[in-house]
Amino acid sequence: MKGGLKIELGRRYRFSASHRLHSSRLNEEENRRVYGKCNNPYGHGHNYVVEVSVSGAVDPATGMIANLADLDSFVEREVIEPFDHKSLNEDVAAFRENVPTTENICKEIFERLKRFPKAKLERVRVEETGNNTFEYAGEEL
Amino acid sequence: MVYLTRKLEFSAAHLYHNPALSVEENKRIFGKCNNPHGHGHNYTLEVTVTGEPDPVTGMVVDLKELKEILEREITQRMDHRFLNYEVAELKGQIPTCENIVRVIWNLLEPKISKGRLHKVRLYETPDLYADCYRNGAHGA
Repeated sequence: MKGGLKIELGRRYRFSASHRLHSSRLNEEENRRVYGKCNNPYGHGHNYVVEVSVSGAVDPATGMIANLADLDSFVEREVIEPFDHKSLNEDVAAFRENVPTTENICKEIFERLKRFPKAKLERVRVEETGNNTFEYAGEEL
Repeated sequence: MVYLTRKLEFSAAHLYHNPALSVEENKRIFGKCNNPHGHGHNYTLEVTVTGEPDPVTGMVVDLKELKEILEREITQRMDHRFLNYEVAELKGQIPTCENIVRVIWNLLEPKISKGRLHKVRLYETPDLYADCYRNGAHGA
């Protein structure tokens, strides 16, 4: 395994949002059993941390894979602005049908960020709390 | 395979400036990182070594030995230094996290005789880091 060296850049972002775990495919009782207090009718919230990893060639002129200002403004526009201080169920179209579990949030963020034009998105890690972390690297693994 | 990670911190100054670019371009690309007298960070370095535990000692790598390598190769070279001016390996490069992590990899890899260097992660701040590993080894 003596391949060339690969460099990745990792960046952490934060947003705070509310959600309620409730599946339209389950009845009231099943929802309560599956989701417990996360099914409480008015929802609750978390301070989410999103860790974004990108890779690519390091530009010799700048020493960078991607300019942080470009990455920050892309993530801000695609994820932070639409998610921060929002109700994920009500305010984000992707979660009208899809239950906003952190698994699904992680996949949705990956889909939004993989369009970043300046570097390759490697993976997205989302911390729902300090104790729950989810990671998604796309399907082509 | 077992993966073992050792952490260390060092504090250093740097600035981003490419002499081949104009003053305006430097300002536009590097922003406040281009301020002429530099600025500094508390860097955190995580070095991951992989291997099978030795059946006699139960160790992948002798931590004391690893600690000495890190002290000699990294701390003595970079701690409380101005990276642009005092670290020869970074001469002619912009000391971004991406470039520093590659320099650190190249310093450490030949020195690690027991186990194999798997990954180097360098945090410039808690919210910004770069990873270096061999193509084909997974990054996580």
